[in-house]
This record gives sequence, C-alpha cells and structure tokens, in this order.
Amino acid sequence: MTLPEADPQAARGDPPRPLAIRGLCKSYTRGKPVLTEIDLDIESRGFTVIIGPSGTGKSTLIRCINRLVEPTSGQVLFEGRDVVRMGRTELRHTRRRIGMVFQEYNLVERLSVIENLLCGRLGYVSPWRAWLRRFPQSDVEHAFTLLEAVGLGDLAYQRADSLSGGQRQRVGIARAVMQSPRLLLADEPTSSLDPKTSVEIMELMVNMAGELEIPVIVNIHDVALGRRFADRVIGMSEGRIVYDGPPGDLTDAHLNSIYGGGGWL
Amino acid sequence: MALSSGNGQQQLRKPFPVNWLLRLGWIAVLAYIVYASSRLNVSWDRLVAGLGYGGDFLSRMVPPNFSRWKLLLEGLIESLEIAVIASTLGILLSLPIGFLAARNMMPGWVSWSARALIAICRSFHPVIVAILFVKAVGFGALAGIMALVVASVGFIAKLFAEAVEEISLKQVEAVRATGASFANVIIYGVLPQVLSRFIGFSTYQLDSNLRNSTMVGIVGAGGIGGTLFAAFQRFDYDFVAAILLSIIAVIMLGEYVSGHARRVFE
Amino acid sequence: MSSTASVQRRFQRFTPRQRFVRWVVLMLSVAAITVSIRHVEVIPEFLYDAPEQLVDLLNRLWPPDLEYYPIAVHEALLETLHIATLGTVLALFLAVPVGLLAARNVTRSTTLNWLAKLILVSSRSVNSLVWALLFVAVFGPGAMAGTLAIAFRSIGFVGKLFAEAVEETQVGPIEALRATGAPRFSVLVKGYWPQVKPAFWSIALFRWDINVRESAVLGLVGAGGIGVALDASLNLFYWDRVATVLLSIFAVVILAELAVTQIRQRII
Repeated sequence: MTLPEADPQAARGDPPRPLAIRGLCKSYTRGKPVLTEIDLDIESRGFTVIIGPSGTGKSTLIRCINRLVEPTSGQVLFEGRDVVRMGRTELRHTRRRIGMVFQEYNLVERLSVIENLLCGRLGYVSPWRAWLRRFPQSDVEHAFTLLEAVGLGDLAYQRADSLSGGQRQRVGIARAVMQSPRLLLADEPTSSLDPKTSVEIMELMVNMAGELEIPVIVNIHDVALGRRFADRVIGMSEGRIVYDGPPGDLTDAHLNSIYGGGGWL
Repeated sequence: MALSSGNGQQQLRKPFPVNWLLRLGWIAVLAYIVYASSRLNVSWDRLVAGLGYGGDFLSRMVPPNFSRWKLLLEGLIESLEIAVIASTLGILLSLPIGFLAARNMMPGWVSWSARALIAICRSFHPVIVAILFVKAVGFGALAGIMALVVASVGFIAKLFAEAVEEISLKQVEAVRATGASFANVIIYGVLPQVLSRFIGFSTYQLDSNLRNSTMVGIVGAGGIGGTLFAAFQRFDYDFVAAILLSIIAVIMLGEYVSGHARRVFE
Repeated sequence: MSSTASVQRRFQRFTPRQRFVRWVVLMLSVAAITVSIRHVEVIPEFLYDAPEQLVDLLNRLWPPDLEYYPIAVHEALLETLHIATLGTVLALFLAVPVGLLAARNVTRSTTLNWLAKLILVSSRSVNSLVWALLFVAVFGPGAMAGTLAIAFRSIGFVGKLFAEAVEETQVGPIEALRATGAPRFSVLVKGYWPQVKPAFWSIALFRWDINVRESAVLGLVGAGGIGVALDASLNLFYWDRVATVLLSIFAVVILAELAVTQIRQRII
C-alpha cells in the first residue's frame, strides 16, 4: 500500500491506466470523513457515471482527482503519477490534461465566448501572452472550429453572460476540450438545466469523449439520465463506493442501498 | 497580418476584434503621463536623490519623542473638541438645509438656492475654508469649528436631501390626509423614513471631522495641526513622529467608536 | 420580543437592552458636547464679532480681480489638475499589488494579508496635507511632493476598495481556470480582472474626483498647485485675487464632478 507506483499495469510496462485511485480519504473536519478508502480504476475509454445522494462526497471525489480539493490521504494516479504528491508545476501540467465541466458552467462572464474557449489553453500559453491576448493562431483556429462543432459558431464575440444555460454549458465543455485532455471530469453538468437540454449536453460529452478517445467521469443526481449514457455506474453512499458495475445490472435493491430504503422508487 | 502565409486564400479568424479607440486611449494616457511628469518636474533622478534624504529623515523620526506629551495632549483634546462641536452644529444646520434642498419638498427656487449653497460648501477643502475663517475671525479653535461646520453641511445636507428625495410619498400623503400641520407632516411622515440614514451620515461625518480637525491647525485654526506644523518647521522630526502616531491612534479609535455607535442606531 | 408570562402586548420597537444602549450613547454624546463647549478656548469677543467680520470679508472678496487669472491662476490650476491626475495614476499602480496582497482569496497568507492591510491603513490615516509635509521635507517644495502626497494618501483608499472588490468575485470561474492548469498570473488576468474591472475604474474615477479637491490645498504647505497662488494672495492681503482663486477652484471642482458623472454613465 505504501508503494509509490501501485499500478500493476505500469509495472508491466504497458501504457499506464489513465486513472487509478487507491485508498483515497478526505475529511474537511477532523473525524468526519467525507470519503473513506476509495479505490477506483478508470480504463482508457468509457463513460463512468457516479450516482448517490447529495452530500455523499461525489463532488469531493471528482475534485480530489485534479486536487481542486486537497485529499487527506491516499493516492490518485493519473497516467501512473501520483497527483497528491505533485509539486506546483507538475500539478499544473497534470491539470491541463484533465478537462473539467462544472454545474454552474463557471465561465468568466464578462469575457467573450471565444475568449472563454481560449481560457482552456491558459495552461499552455505563457501568462504574458495570455495578458496581451496573443494566443497562438493554431489555438485560435481550434477554438473557432470547436465552437462550430458545439453549435455556437455565431456567438463567438458575444459576452458569456448573454448566453442561455445550455449554451453556457456547451462553452464549458468546449473550454475543457480545448485543453486536449486525456480525461474529462464533469461535476453535475446538467443540474441547472432543463431535461431536454440535459440530454443534449450529455450527448455532446459522449461525442466529444469519443472523438478525443478519452474516458469521462460524470457525477450526476438524475439516475435515469445517468443510466441512459453510462457504460459503467458507480453508486456512492456515505463516502464509500457501494455499487460498481454496468448500468444494466443496477437493480432497485442496489438503488435502495445507495439512496436508502423507502417508497421513493 | 490579415492573410495567412502560403496559399493566402483563407482569412485568419481573429478572436479579438481590434479596438482602435481603446488603443488610442491607452496611447493618450501614456503620452499624458510623460507630459505631466515632465511638467511637474517629476523625475527618476529626483526620486532617487530624495530617497537618500528620506532615509535620513526617517532615521531622525525614530524613536518618536513623547517628552512634550502635555503639549501633544492639549492639541489632541482641542482637535477632539473642534470635531465634536463642529459635528453637532453641522448636523443641526444640515437638517433644515437638507430639507430645503429636497426637490420633492420645496418649490424650485428654494431647493436650487439651497443646492447651490451645499455645492459651495462641498467644493472647498476644509483647510481652505479654515484659512478664510482665520483671516476673518482670527487664529484659534473658532475658525476651525466654523470651517468644519461648512464641510459638514456640504456632506450631510447633500446626502440628507437625496435621502428625503427617495422617500415614499405615500406615507407623507397619509399623514397629510389626517389634516396634520406642515411641521407634523415632517415629524411623522418624513423624519421616520430618513432618520436612520441621517444618523449614518452623521457618524461618518464625525469621523471625517475628526480627521480634518487634526489638520486645520496647519493654517492656525486650532487643534494638534498647529503643533505638528510648528514641529515640522523646527525640524523636530522625532516630535513629528510622536504627533503623527498619536493622531493615527485617535483617528482609528474614533473610527472604531463611531462604527459601533452607528450599529447601535441601525 | 418579550415573551414573559404576563402577556405584554405593548408595542415596542426595540428590546430594553437596545433602548438602554441607545440611551447611554445619547447621554455620552450630550456629555461630550457639553464638555467640549465649556472647555474649548474660544475668545468670546471673537465669537460675537464673527458675523460682522464675515460680512467684512465677503465685502473685501467682492469683486474678484479676474485679470489675475491669466497672470498666475491658470497655470497653477493646470498644475493642480496634473498633480491630482498623475497622483491618482501612480496610486492605481501602487494600490493594485497591495490590494491583491490584502485580498484573502488571492493571497492565502494571513501574515501577508495583515502586512498589506497595515500599509493600507497607514496610508489612509495620514492626511494628504501631512503626506505633503513629509514629502516637502524629503524632496523639497514643489509639485513632485504634491503628486507623491496625493498618491500615497490614495493608495489606502483605492487599495482597500480594490481588495474588497477582489474578495467579492465569484469563485466558480477562478476554480475553472485553476482546473485548466493556468498559472497564477493567468488566473489573475483572465479570472479576477474581468470581474473587478468595472469596480476598479469606478474607484479610480471616484478617487480622482476627491483628489482634485485635495490637491487644491497642497500649495499651502508648499507642495505645488493652486494652493501656492492662494497662499501668496492671502499673505499679501490681495482679497480680490483670493476671490479669483476660490472661484476657479470652485469651477474646476464642479467640472470634475460633472465629468466623472458623465464618464461613469457612459462607461460603467
């Protein structure tokens, strides 16, 4: 357990697994763990959906992966390297390979749509160039192409705060894709959207992940929506993983154990 | 720049439309800075030369010399008194003047003349007003008090007039409908709506008066400022440091006290 | 409020404790006013004489000597405006880093926060006239001392409000930019700056307006600007010239206020 590189695949010389989590614990206040001993392997493709009641640590788990939340103990191995132990620069370099989509979109509202997309390149562009808005032309071309791909080609120069929720989340996804990520995380990406838009957003993420050939981890509170798109479902309850398997095998009994018993089904 | 190299058929897409107006604006600002610096004789050499002096100057300020604490205390107390009296008078005067300036309460010519008076009071720094009063009524605390009364009227009456203009007229109408006299309309219809804000402005002005009461002495209008200026002119920099530290302490204390007083009446 | 056994249905706006505290504050204020009036050294003859003297002063001020304006006032007035503007610009440059250090969401070190706040508080607690006295002592009389005085007095004001604006920014976009692996400076420039930009320019305009007023007095202690002309006319008892200077200050201050209101409406 104390081995620095505990990923058996890495030991065999295969390309390391995109993500392996070992014994991850997190408590915000001492003695009240939010995550307890999480072990999780993510293969190089696939759409993984995390479900579970609110406050069970789904969001914390996602944020521990790119260390937006500092784990208390355990390992987060991204392509074989432990994120938890990284220094600042290495962490920064790792973060740019992990795209993230947020519930509240988290766009910089007063910037234009295209500049929000280019913000996805901030990890690669020097601060000086970012300040003077001298992004490499290849990034700019990529941003425009991507903007058309998510169906917002006409809105490039609009300010982000003039967009609707669905449009903003498309920008959010495009910004994450701009990073050329090797892993896509999404923290409740559809919670602020209406049902139809939610489906569109999920489809967009599936398509993008398919094109980039990368895995996606989404946490979501809408079980039906999650099941519809998932290749794999992870059920969490009270900071632990209580179900891990294909969506088809997820029974009402499982859901009861995740969300607690009751007549809500 | 506009055409891509090579085939050159497709135009490069620009993420940020060039805002020439903004660029010109920045160039103008830079040009202004250079021009103004040269006009004011602000230069790097002078800055560097001054820094040497500055070090010498600072070293003469430490340690602060509190041996003439009696003089210091007298000045501070006089400053406090000036601030308290000026605030009281200023508040009392601001009430009627503020009412007269409120456009929803008074006919046009009354409110405009009251507004002009307030504008004059606001436009001049208290120290300039103080210097005039010193010439008019002689050296001493009286000139300082009068100067700060003027400053208080400029601030409180203006904000008070704005507060009165924002009140809901329904309540005023309701009181007026009972057949109340003009005075009663004001006391029951207008004052309750603006009183708490009025107290807010007043405590704020008390703070501001306290700050300025330590300064009007520079032109002879009483308070610690005179002592400070004299110490400066005699190059008693260690005493200057002592005075400055005391002033800062008093001002911070005043800010703390008035902040709490404000909360009591909110 | 009072839910005692004996059903009290009397209308009370405040709890007894609040009323007591208010009463104490009122009494203390009255006491302070009484003591001040009794103790302050005002020579009674001066007081009785004051209305007459004021009328006399106004008579001497009127009519203003407008011919003096092109001779000495115009240049001094421009100098005052330059002092106010350049001082504000300098203050903006100095206040931004200090404000960033003071903002707890940008600088996560309590020691640095405190240090920055100390700088801001010291800057604000020292009046611009005192800053002017200090800088005159260091750099000699003239507009440079005035400019630095305006700048140093403004750092505290601008820095405090700027830090508050930075602390009020939304975390979401910042978190998103950090998640892209953006370096700190890029997060500042692309995450924080767009959010605080309107507040920043509004603060700058506000302070410039104040500085126009403040820079008019600096000349009284030798730090340049229109105050020098005022001081000279006063010392020589040229009251009609004093009136010209006062009128021109009044006009500039009103114009500055109008300009600020216009710009604020257009841009922000």
